[in-house]
Order: sequence, then structure tokens, then C-alpha cells
Amino acid sequence: MATRTIRVEAIARVEGEGALDLHVRDGRVTRAQLRIFEPPRLFEALLRGRDCTEAPDITARICGICPVAYQMSAVHAMEDALGVTVGGPLRALRRLLYCGEWIESHALHVVMLHAPDFLGYPDAIQMAREHGDAVRGGLALKKAGNALMRLLGGREIHPVNVRVGGFYRVPAKSELGTVAEELKRARDIAIETARWAAKFPFPEFERDYEFVSLRHPDEYPFNEGRIVSSRGLDIEAREYDGEFEERHVAHSTALQSVLKKRGSYLVGPMARYNLNFDRLPAAVQALAGECGLGPQCRNPFKSIVIRAIEMVYACEEALALIAAYEAPAESAVPLVKRAGIGHACTEAPRGILYHRYVLEEDGSIREARIVPPTSQNQLSIEEDIREVASGALELADDALRDRCEQTIRNYDPCISCSCHFLKLAVHRE
Amino acid sequence: MGAKKSLAVWKFASCDGCQLSLLDCEDELLAVADAIDIAYFPEASSRMEKGPYDLSLVEGSITTPHDAARIRKVRRQSKFLVTIGACATAGGIQALRNFADVKEFVAAVYASPQYIKTLATSTPIAEHVKVDFELRGCPINKAQLLEVISAFLTGRKPAIGTDAVCVECKQRGNVCVMVQGIPCLGPVTHEGCGAICPSYRRGCYGCFGPTERPNTAALAAEWQRLGATRRDIQRAFRTFNAAAPAFRKESEAHGD
Repeated sequence: MATRTIRVEAIARVEGEGALDLHVRDGRVTRAQLRIFEPPRLFEALLRGRDCTEAPDITARICGICPVAYQMSAVHAMEDALGVTVGGPLRALRRLLYCGEWIESHALHVVMLHAPDFLGYPDAIQMAREHGDAVRGGLALKKAGNALMRLLGGREIHPVNVRVGGFYRVPAKSELGTVAEELKRARDIAIETARWAAKFPFPEFERDYEFVSLRHPDEYPFNEGRIVSSRGLDIEAREYDGEFEERHVAHSTALQSVLKKRGSYLVGPMARYNLNFDRLPAAVQALAGECGLGPQCRNPFKSIVIRAIEMVYACEEALALIAAYEAPAESAVPLVKRAGIGHACTEAPRGILYHRYVLEEDGSIREARIVPPTSQNQLSIEEDIREVASGALELADDALRDRCEQTIRNYDPCISCSCHFLKLAVHRE
Repeated sequence: MGAKKSLAVWKFASCDGCQLSLLDCEDELLAVADAIDIAYFPEASSRMEKGPYDLSLVEGSITTPHDAARIRKVRRQSKFLVTIGACATAGGIQALRNFADVKEFVAAVYASPQYIKTLATSTPIAEHVKVDFELRGCPINKAQLLEVISAFLTGRKPAIGTDAVCVECKQRGNVCVMVQGIPCLGPVTHEGCGAICPSYRRGCYGCFGPTERPNTAALAAEWQRLGATRRDIQRAFRTFNAAAPAFRKESEAHGD
């Protein structure tokens, strides 16, 4: 058969709706297209005319899995526009809240959504019959991340406590004590989860990606840092539009981001790890080594191990932040509304999330632009599929389809975000 | 196995947060999976059983011609259909397009608006098909979700209260934020969240939508006394339940 068409109509274990079309002709992959048909919700349009202080609550609704990322990029961008800096314990609390979201989101992906690919199960519930401890551990991790979000944010999905300038209410030091005990147990489970994931069978596959992430002078990045890449990019968030552009393609309701000079790039845990390995504590670096990772990793299938390593880091960092915390006298810094332009980029669990706002004199939003991680990874995902499929054409359609889906899930794609994504079809011609 | 009831989870225009609430039941998830056959839940499993299903949970609102047709198919395959969250129950934040020109909205976001097929409005599921139970919230409360599933399995009515947030706020022992000069939508907002916002020293922002007979006009007058402008009041009623009739009507009475 010279021609072959494989189609995955609904990609499972991803957040949101999308499909994949793979066209194969004379033993060569001619086209791999992610079709994202998540219905557009038009956030950048509906934000216009809203007050700058409403942006964190409204943009959180782009994604129920990573609402804190949207809240963080929104508040930092607004503070940039208003000329306000938030430091000290308020900054530490934001970082602590982000730790909670990384733990919750990574635990969901690593154990509930991605591990079943490597162990041959349709889902974590089926997997629990033979890997009960791992699944229960994953759920306990997720619960610890959510507990942190609930304490600092009021609830785990769409937290209510984040505001431009800080928080509505800050916790007393004693309130953080109970969650610290849960985080210590979570750290031990995260270490076991990393060792467990390290033993999975990984396909031999590497690509020469351009990794893009934040980089901070002393910290593994969450809220702050310059946008850097493995090919020399080194810019402030306000220079983002000069280097990146979004393209609108017919097969997707998600815009595709490219580096203007070089095309596709990769954001997320693997990019952060490669660009910030030296910012991880020595014990976390040693654990990565024990799990078979060097300071560099270009195999996207191993991103599951990196996510587990990042969970360990997030637990450690949360514990350190709690130990150092002293409650501030004020829960937020005062704001004076003015016209301005604000930019911010923070590290969502899935990679950098860019927000830009133009404000009117009364603080209302004239223009909004939001570039989520999954739209930045879309081209890289398509390129990975082309290469993975090219090396696996001897597989029957079902097996090839599974391999392609797994390739997509390496990215923990959040389709609800990106459209603001997946079915798979392989066309063998 | 054969006697187990089956569950399907569906997504329309939404953020995935309400269906995530099911996976967020960390302590109960494996027990839920023992009690009901999770037959179709693409976000969590690549096993996708064909219908019909005994219980369907529907997240999201209807914003495209394709989804308007799809929800009818879902209804035909579902014995009992429950909408979960503000999008499915009231149209969600994306219903702000209902107050604007959707073509202009699409052009503001996409370089090639001709690729985008979307409806002029975002509408709740009940405007398209019969809904057996509606669960409020942006997001839903996961304890209420477990109650709806348990009640379905035992064939009883879910015990979900219909008071205002004020009742939960009193139960929590909060000092009223309005008394402290902070405008709050608690008096007109459906309970279910546990009065989180006032407990964090901010006013309720109405994410569970209106109560059955809310006196929104009286509350708006009180807001004005606290210094809220007409624009502030309009914005407050136009968020995650903007298209719920009581909130829509009140928002239309205010503005610039």
C-alpha cells in the first residue's frame, strides 16, 4: 500500500479538544497537522473595557488546570503598567502559590494522564489495579498541591485571593504549619515518583530543539526572569513582540507561535530544566542524575521524569518559603491607576505564559494579548510527530496512532488554554 | 460489572475546571470508579465506550453550530443529564459576546476571521436540550459534585441548598464585608462555594450565579451608597454568569 491515512479523532488524556491528521505517501510522512477545534472563547476581546484589577479573575477562566499561571502573568503585567513592584513576603507568597499549582498540575499529568502510556493502560484508574501505590501516591501529591492552593487562594480551581498589588488576605505564619507537614510527605512521594518514572521504557528519540524559558539570577524560575533560549535569545518580557509572532493557520483555532528569526521552539519543563539546571538545589540535581538525567535532556518522552523532578523541587522550594515566611503588615501595595502598557511572562506548568495589556487613564483595558504555552509548542508538537511517525511507519495503524498520541502527551498540552486542542488522523496515500 | 451504571463527561466551551473537579476528588476518585463505570471521560481516559450512558455530566456552553448539534446527540445518549458549572448553566464568561458584536470580537483576536466558525451568542445547555439537574459555580464545588453522583446512584434528589451566599457566610462566622464598606454580591448570589471571598476579606463576585428571586436592584443601590459607580455595578453583574437572566437584567440597568 503506497498511501496511508491515520486519523485520531479525539486525543485523550489532554485538557481540551483537538485532533491529529497524519498523511503518509510512499513511506514518507508528508504532513502532520494538529487540528485544534476547541471553540474560541475570545478572551482578548472580552477583556477590553474591563478594569485592570479584574484581569486576574477573568483570565484565570482560560484554564481550570493552571489558573494561577494566568493570575500571575496578569498581575505582573498590570503592575508593570502601573509602575508598581511587589516584593518581600508578598512576592514569596506568590512563589509559594505557584509551587502549589506546579505540584497539582504535574502530579495530574505524570501519574494520571501520562504514566498510563508507558505502562500500557487506558487510564490511571485501570492502572491502579496493578500500580495502586503509584496512583495513590500521585493522588496524594495532587492533594498536597491543591491544599497549598486552597490555603493561599481560597480554593484550588480559580483561587479568589490573588489581586493586582498582592493578596486580599495574607496567612499568618501558623496557618502554613499544617500544610508544611503535608508537603514533607509530598516531597518523599515525589522522589519515589521520579524513581518510578525513571524506569519506564523510553523510545530512543532526540531532537535539536530551541528551548525557551525564563531565567532568574538565583532562582529556578516561576514569576520572574529574562526570556532566554538555547540559541542565544536573552530579552525582557517587554521585548517579546519583537522576537516572537503568532500565526493563524486554517486547521486550528489556536494561534501558532514562532520565533521570527528561527521558527519553532519548545517551552515547558524540558526547556526550563535544560536552561536552569544550575539553579536546582544540589540534592535535586543528584536525584536527576540518579534518575538517568544529565544536565541536558533532548528526549521529549523523558519529560515525565523532568516533571517529577520539578515536583520534588516545588515541594522543597515551598518548604523553604514557608520556613522563611513572616506575615507582612499589609496584604497588598497601593495602586494608582494610569494609562500605560504592561508586559509579563511567568512559568506556567506547561511553559512561559505571556500577557500584554494597554491601559486607559482610568485603568480600564484597551487592548489585551495572551500567548499560552501550548500555542507556543504547537509547531514543535507537529515536528515531533512527523519525526516519530517517520521512524515508526512499520507499525500498524492502531499502534502508530498510539505512538503519535503519546508524542502529543509528552507536552502535557492544554488545549483549552491554547485556544483560547486533539483528534488524530493518519492519511497514508 | 454489568449492573454498574455508566458515566460520561462531556466538554463544550469551557476551561476544563469543572470536569477537573472530579479528578480533584483525590480521596474519593477510586471509590467513585468502583461505584460507577466511567465509560466516557476523554480528559482522563483513552477508553471511550459507546453510549447510551446512565449519567452525563456536561461542562461548557454552546458557542458553535457544531456544538449546538453535538449537544442534541449527547442528550439522546443520556438517561440523566447534569450540567456542571457556570458555562453549562449560564453561558460562562464567554457570554460577554452576547452584549457585543461577535464578528468584531473574532476580528480582534484572529488575523483570519474567515477560518473561525462561531455563534453570535454563548448559551447554556438548557436553551438547547432538557437538563435534569444544574450544578452552579465557576468552578463547581467538588463536594456538591460527589453529592449529585451519590444521589443519582441511590435514586434520590441531590441535597443542594438554594440560599444566598450570606447564609454560608454567617455559618462561617464572618463579619459582613458590606458593613466594612466592601461591595459584595453575596446577598443575590446562590450558595455553594462556602462563602470563600468574604472569608478572604473581599466581596463575593457572584461566580455561583443568581439566587431564585434576587433583589439585585436593592443591592445595586447599596453598592452606590458604598461609592460604586454605574460602570462598577455593570461590570460586577457581567462576569461568569453575565447571561443568567437576573444578572443580565441588572447589568443592563447600569453602565457608563
